[in-house]
Amino acid sequence: MGNTQLRHNVRHATDVIRNKRAKVVAEVSDWEQLRQSAHEIKQHTLRHLDFYLQQFESACKAAGAQVHWARDADEANGIVVGLLKSHRAEEVIKVKTMTSDEVRLNDALEEAGITPIETDLADLIVQLGEDKPSHIVVPALHRNKMEIRRLFMKKMGLEELGDQPEDLTAAARTYLREKFLRVPAAISGANFAVAETGTVCVVESEGNGRMCVTLPEVLISLVGIEKLVPRFADLEVFLQLLPRSATGERMNPYNSFWTGVTHGDGPREFHVILLDNGRTEVLKDEESRETLDCIRCGACLNACPVYRQTGGHAYGSVYGGPIGAILTPQLQSLHHSQTLPYASSLCGACYEVCPVKINIPEILIHLRNKIVERHDDPLTERFAMRAAASAMADSSRLEMAQTLGRIGQIPFAENGVITHLPGILSGWTDVRDLNSIPKESFRAWWKKHLNTLE
Amino acid sequence: MLISLFIACYNDTLFPETGRAVVSLLEKLGHDVDFPSAQTCCGQMHYNTGYKKDALAMMQGFLKTFDDAEVICIPSSSCVAMIREHYPKMAAQSKDPVLIRAIDDLLPRVFEFSELLVDKLGLTDVGAFFPHTVTLHPSCHSLRSLRVGDKPVQLLSQVRGLKLIELKESDQCCGFGGTFAIKNPDVSAAMLSDKVTCVLDTRAEICTALDNSCLMHISGALTRQRTGVRCLHIAEILASTEHGESA
Amino acid sequence: MVEEASEHPRIVTAKEEILNRVRRAVLDRKLERESDYAYIPRQYNTVSVLNDHDLLELFISRLQDYGSSVYECNEPYISGAVGAALAERKLRKLITGRDFPSGWIPAGFDFYQDNGFDYQQINSFEGVITTCALAIAETGTIILRHAGEEPRRALSLIPDYHLCIVFAAQVVETVSQAVRQMATMGDVPLTTISGPSATSDIEMTRIKGVHGPRTLDVIVVIR
Repeated sequence: MGNTQLRHNVRHATDVIRNKRAKVVAEVSDWEQLRQSAHEIKQHTLRHLDFYLQQFESACKAAGAQVHWARDADEANGIVVGLLKSHRAEEVIKVKTMTSDEVRLNDALEEAGITPIETDLADLIVQLGEDKPSHIVVPALHRNKMEIRRLFMKKMGLEELGDQPEDLTAAARTYLREKFLRVPAAISGANFAVAETGTVCVVESEGNGRMCVTLPEVLISLVGIEKLVPRFADLEVFLQLLPRSATGERMNPYNSFWTGVTHGDGPREFHVILLDNGRTEVLKDEESRETLDCIRCGACLNACPVYRQTGGHAYGSVYGGPIGAILTPQLQSLHHSQTLPYASSLCGACYEVCPVKINIPEILIHLRNKIVERHDDPLTERFAMRAAASAMADSSRLEMAQTLGRIGQIPFAENGVITHLPGILSGWTDVRDLNSIPKESFRAWWKKHLNTLE
Repeated sequence: MLISLFIACYNDTLFPETGRAVVSLLEKLGHDVDFPSAQTCCGQMHYNTGYKKDALAMMQGFLKTFDDAEVICIPSSSCVAMIREHYPKMAAQSKDPVLIRAIDDLLPRVFEFSELLVDKLGLTDVGAFFPHTVTLHPSCHSLRSLRVGDKPVQLLSQVRGLKLIELKESDQCCGFGGTFAIKNPDVSAAMLSDKVTCVLDTRAEICTALDNSCLMHISGALTRQRTGVRCLHIAEILASTEHGESA
Repeated sequence: MVEEASEHPRIVTAKEEILNRVRRAVLDRKLERESDYAYIPRQYNTVSVLNDHDLLELFISRLQDYGSSVYECNEPYISGAVGAALAERKLRKLITGRDFPSGWIPAGFDFYQDNGFDYQQINSFEGVITTCALAIAETGTIILRHAGEEPRRALSLIPDYHLCIVFAAQVVETVSQAVRQMATMGDVPLTTISGPSATSDIEMTRIKGVHGPRTLDVIVVIR
């Protein structure tokens, strides 16, 4: 919450994208039907995920690719490092993929003496700045152009550089072009993987995706198992929902589709790594399974009033915002990140904009329930909730509690206003007053009112 | 018509004037009002915080209390959202067919206050007089769960003397969210600050809403900052006549 | 008869373990897969409503929104349109795929056909000219199918200028229609292009042109 520049940038960016999204979504008369179908396609795929994973593997291999399976982050990183080492690669170019952030692939690569080169402009900025991304779709939101200019001059060895956005992207283009044309190995993720055909799809704007999946000799794609869709034609739904939700465009500049290996065009060697890393844990819980429907558009972040105030760094995980609040704890089987499900006022704005209709507020409540059932809720809270439930058990107890409240407030109330409360309640009175409890409750008044009616 | 009132636990304790206004208005419109005094709480706070078992007990209490009520009026859209969205879910999870049937039977009888007036009673003009400038904060539950749409605006537009001023960024949450305000005080305060700025920008004398929970939050800051802007539940505006405000 | 315990317990592969986890996790499969798939609701629009003329107009308007220059011509005059586009952009040295029709190439420019050029060589060309497989009016999208007559992907990616020849009959209205056709195009690489490359990563200013061709022009062949 402290960094004002970040907060200002987040506020501005989320407002801009939110408005753009609203405009292009309003154009689509069958938006709700598309959302419903997208939700059902994903849910169906998850229900039959074992079949689709195997179907994908067969089709992909038949087209000349190699398919690997990784149970967790370490296994995935081991496979990537092993493949790159077998090719004696010292550098590797990367297309934006949150999955690689999730498994901390870059750390593993550097430990193995391999230099990862981020090629998405924002990820490049984050990497050169030795920083962390602050937003799912616009990761360098926390940097302004003056900061970026200084960074580029320093890290790209430039003596002169203009300070307009055009100058900065031109610098990035030159810097990265040299790498695209030369570096023989690349790592990508996948937005979608088609089970029926073994096709992998990467959705992007800048063209670095096309560069990375086309030019190198060796391509490794890290694909979370939830990225699968059954048939190519199913993409008709997602290719309408994703661009409009993510960047507020009718269609993003580039989508690349490829299946296995094509002679004379693109990498000679293509590897897919199918990654679990906790997704099967999320799959187990039928109520919150739809968390895996997520297509990483970032619309929930842009809609969330909490995120608008805090930005992604506050969430402490790769996946931020509303989806992060339900995905991260579940990937970690609720052993960590237990405060995340509480970082929400349950306003429902995220659910309203989610293109695959993930009922995030409902899942937040579900996770809170699981935390309580495991007795991981703070003792003071459990005590307070118990006391409240007991008071609500019947009306005579409620009346007693009201009386006690009126007595209990006496030290704090002055002229009908409470300005200071003790303990955790002081969070309220630090910035707000509280009306003191009126002498006569409604039900007490009602008793008198009944008498007047008779 | 006999209208049974579910006042909502926090209104009962902290905002009895809202309940008085509801009763006063409905009686003026010629209806009989009943207040089943066995009522306590709909269970929302416990449900939202993860204490489903406690919420289930309160749901059962609610069902028992309103078993034979034909029309239930609730001046709190968050309670109505709880009942409409989560009672069926809790019933389904209990797998008790009696409970499931009881909830199915309950839902059509439940009305949020503005829904009661506009949908059930078919009224937008309730004969109110309130010569002040007013802005409306659409609470998240009324906006997204109940989808009351412009019912509150329709009602306020018919109040004589009232000037309604549109609130900017109205769909932004005020930051209350029940226990959220206590557990995440910094973020809640930041959200509240934005909401208060929008309210003050309207220069309205009064901020109104369908929920006292939001209003309690917003007015907490308005009074702390000594702005002179008051918060009033919509019922209190609609019950106001030339003979005096109901509050 | 007593079975002897195996000395070497079988190691479960990652694939087997993941598939087992999936099977153990999903206990609520009520329908078998194909029926379950058939039950997915599909009430979104799939049909076209625009007539040919309006369709083309929409397509051209979207392209122009992206900043593309659009040239309309009839088939016998393609080479003229190509020449006009290149002259407008002041370009001279261009590359095409191997089977690019020579009748479409205007005089006065340096055209080369792909001859297995390496990336540095491709990078020395000022522009590339391609046809396309399909186009979408609603979104102003051009779809390249990289097989047969259509050159390998590197060719339409590296040069800074891309001129694409689209026949009116190749334009469909909606994304749905396009994807359904793409589903029949086989295992070859496909690229969809909707305007030149762009980023909004620097203070949310949308900048055109980062890595892909920064300028995209289109020739629409009406008849």
